[in-house]
Amino acid sequence: MTKIELTVDGARVSDEVEPRMLLVQYLREKLGKTGTVVGCDTSNCGACTVHLDGRSVKSCNVLAVQADGAEVTTVEGLAQDGELHKVQEAFRECHGLQCGFCTPGMIMQTIDLLNENPDPTEDEVRHGLEGNLCRCTGYHNIVKSVLHAAGVES
Amino acid sequence: MTTTEVSTSSNTKTPEIGRDRRRKEDQRLITGRTQWTDNITLPGMLHLAMVRSPFAHATITNIDTSAAKTATNVVTVVTGAELGEEQGSLPNAWPITPDQKAPAHPPVAIDRATFAGEIVAVVVARSAAEARDAAELVDVDYDELPAAVDLKEALAADADHGPLAHPDLGTNKSALWIFDSAEAGTGGDVDEAIDKARNGGIVIEREYRQQRLIPAFMEPRSVVVDPTGEQVTMWSATQVPHILRFLLAAVLGIPESKLRVIAPDVGGGFGGKLQTTPEEFIAMVLARRLTKPVKYTETRSESLMAAHHGRDQWQKLTLAADEAGNVTGLKVELTADLGSHVALIGGGVPVLGAFMYNSIYKFPAYQFNCQTVLTNKAWTDAYRGAGRPEATYAIERLMDELAAEVGVDPLVIRKQNWINADEFPFTSVAGLEYDSGDYDAATERAKEMLGYDDLRAEQKQRREAGDPVQLGIGVSTFTEMCGLAPSRVLGSLDYGAGGWEHASVRMLPTGKVELVTGVTAHGQGHHTAFSQIVADRLGVDFEDVEVLHGDTAIASKGMDTYGSRSLVVGGEAIIKATDKVIEKAKPIAAHLLEASVDDIEFEAGRFSVRGTDQGMAIGEIALAAFAAHDYPEGIEPNLNSEATYDPVNFNFPHGTHLCAVEVDTETGAIKMRKYVCCDDIGTIINPMIVAGQVHGGLVQGIAQALWEEAVYDDAGTLVSGSFVDYLLPTAADTISFETDHTTSPSLTNTLGTKGVGEAGTIASTPAVVNAVVDAIRHLGINDIQMPCTPERVWKAINGAGAGGAEPTVPDAAPHFDHDSNQGARQ
Repeated sequence: MTKIELTVDGARVSDEVEPRMLLVQYLREKLGKTGTVVGCDTSNCGACTVHLDGRSVKSCNVLAVQADGAEVTTVEGLAQDGELHKVQEAFRECHGLQCGFCTPGMIMQTIDLLNENPDPTEDEVRHGLEGNLCRCTGYHNIVKSVLHAAGVES
Repeated sequence: MTTTEVSTSSNTKTPEIGRDRRRKEDQRLITGRTQWTDNITLPGMLHLAMVRSPFAHATITNIDTSAAKTATNVVTVVTGAELGEEQGSLPNAWPITPDQKAPAHPPVAIDRATFAGEIVAVVVARSAAEARDAAELVDVDYDELPAAVDLKEALAADADHGPLAHPDLGTNKSALWIFDSAEAGTGGDVDEAIDKARNGGIVIEREYRQQRLIPAFMEPRSVVVDPTGEQVTMWSATQVPHILRFLLAAVLGIPESKLRVIAPDVGGGFGGKLQTTPEEFIAMVLARRLTKPVKYTETRSESLMAAHHGRDQWQKLTLAADEAGNVTGLKVELTADLGSHVALIGGGVPVLGAFMYNSIYKFPAYQFNCQTVLTNKAWTDAYRGAGRPEATYAIERLMDELAAEVGVDPLVIRKQNWINADEFPFTSVAGLEYDSGDYDAATERAKEMLGYDDLRAEQKQRREAGDPVQLGIGVSTFTEMCGLAPSRVLGSLDYGAGGWEHASVRMLPTGKVELVTGVTAHGQGHHTAFSQIVADRLGVDFEDVEVLHGDTAIASKGMDTYGSRSLVVGGEAIIKATDKVIEKAKPIAAHLLEASVDDIEFEAGRFSVRGTDQGMAIGEIALAAFAAHDYPEGIEPNLNSEATYDPVNFNFPHGTHLCAVEVDTETGAIKMRKYVCCDDIGTIINPMIVAGQVHGGLVQGIAQALWEEAVYDDAGTLVSGSFVDYLLPTAADTISFETDHTTSPSLTNTLGTKGVGEAGTIASTPAVVNAVVDAIRHLGINDIQMPCTPERVWKAINGAGAGGAEPTVPDAAPHFDHDSNQGARQ
């Protein structure tokens, strides 16, 4: 077991974890952060995407011990004082989700994408979301949501 | 898309139906406050891990569980032999013929593994990680047997010339199901029509492959069972909690009253979660045996190999027409791969297509033959569209081939053969009564959206210039039967259940409304759309309606969600339940208003005395019924109601989908340039949700055309067993769509709605393949086998055959000249 200390959604947490424990397992099983989900076992689907020190990572592809000392933000830590993050709001407004399972990862990836490129073209959005799979929406309204959040109306 | 939020005074409510309401579901889903089954953790909960066969077909000679049993925190390890009859046999609810061969299906294989991925032992441990670790320690001895993998070889095999999926059956054939219009009295003799067409008419013969697909819902299946209460509670990522409860009871001999099944948040289904799974039965049996809560969540690899697959058919087709291209008959010889066992409705899925091969066309003669076949692969069952995409693909591809043969535009040949708007109601050659539709209107609108004529002109220009990048335009004028289903029809097809749906309305004393529905949601937006219906019918605020579903203790009756039935069947039950509430309130209103019941009118949420300004809101009556201080004699003091609705007919959405693709003739690469569709799904409750359903459906259908295939090697191992290999499209693979609609209200339900959940998937696959073939038909190509990979396209162009699609007609018909032929016939 290895001791880790980190900040998750603004709260300081500390635990003894198995070295093999994945960050996503740590979030879900130890912290009850079940808003972040697991959709595959090959790092393809991106449903588990969170922010590690402000950059998006697939939390199934990071060990919990690698997050020692880091700041982690999940979909549960986005809304502030009851106010949705503009990307969350955009997904709601543009019907960018149906079953909602890929949504936490899509939202976290979108925020990272817009941090890097605040004014993306549709093509840049599509390539920026390439690592996140959705089976419900056909991506049409997800792309629209991202452009909406960026203030670009398609 | 914009929403107009109009302030509502009591008398001028904006109608909810037809409004782009943002979804009630979303607040939770976008903030991570979700209830996926895998989120559930209970005190003392144990975790299951499955040991799965690596072989497609093998005798299990020994299972040594001793090492696993002594591993830290392992509670027990069980095998199929040890579970014996306690585990039951998984149900097949749709035996399509009395003599169908359906081998027994123990959830844990007992002495023989019949596909790669079948469960042969189960480890129970205190954590999921420890269960998985211990599963590695289970030592299984197998004697490998010859595996029936290829569908055509499996069909040809017999006891002397195997391999047989189940050697004791002596054959791989499960059932042969036939519909013949001459026998049914719905049309003529198809063989006569074909013979006649061979002498002076046109006969198109093709064989199409419906490759095996994987539903690939994003949430892996998960099940939790808690046996600690009076009722055993199962949470499952399922589309069918009610059917699951009934079948757990029936198979395992548990009183149904002792079972509660809950489908909490469910992350997509697409038919893939309408199965009653081995994992659910195993979890139920072990939780009861161990008297502890248990959980099992599959990995994606397990999901891809062992959750049911879809499609996997060969379609041999013979279309007869006269010289002018008027279709005179269609014969379908279908071979369908069931996989290792006949799944819950797996045998019936191809039969659902039987009624759709004639589609929107007026065929005088039709015959459908379906042979189902057992193989040593994962079982097949419903996947979005279930039988109808296959049928639509076949006929829409054939109509393009017929157009090419005659030398007219594909839309012209369709119009020449389709049912005209003034011919409804129309009884099809497959015996269904189509209630409404307007194929002309949808087609004209779709043509306009695509810029059809301009693109045809560009296509001509590129052809003449010998452009290495050729343009193809694909057409699909689809219909489907949805809203499963009139119970009497299901009975006549030997389906094991009814097709009714249930709803109840509970008026609360605060004026809020609980709607309980027997259908379940896994992304469709039921909560929002049903709230809109109830708000309009009862005249209450949209926000005041709560929709409850997916829990057998709350929604006591239901037939669940599949076959685009939630709105058209479930919605009608809601209408009937709200009507009953209004009727029930009238005598209470009359009593309180001191008027005669006959003088009570109901409008916009208010009961009033005709000709006066006296009235009460429905919420006030609910409060009066709750207080029960003052209500009429002989009336129950509540404002609740229940309704069970059995549909009188299917309904028939239709639409015209047009797709433009560019095919690089030097590389075989396909680029989708534009996709438009105009669907007619009757009255629309929430246009935003409908468009979303269409978009998602389109991409699933396009993915069949271009990317997805579950591939097995010769030994029966799933090669595309992860998302690295199974090509689910990404945002970068797809484009934005243009969708619109025309409206021919359905005549078989109050609101005039038609189903939309499967429309996009059913329509889009042939539109795309027709576009690809259209781009390169002038090079002598009349088919590309799905998925139309660049390799297959390149090989076809370079004369190496269409990637194994055989037999196709070797000499493709010459390309027609649009300018001279357009509109020339009819």
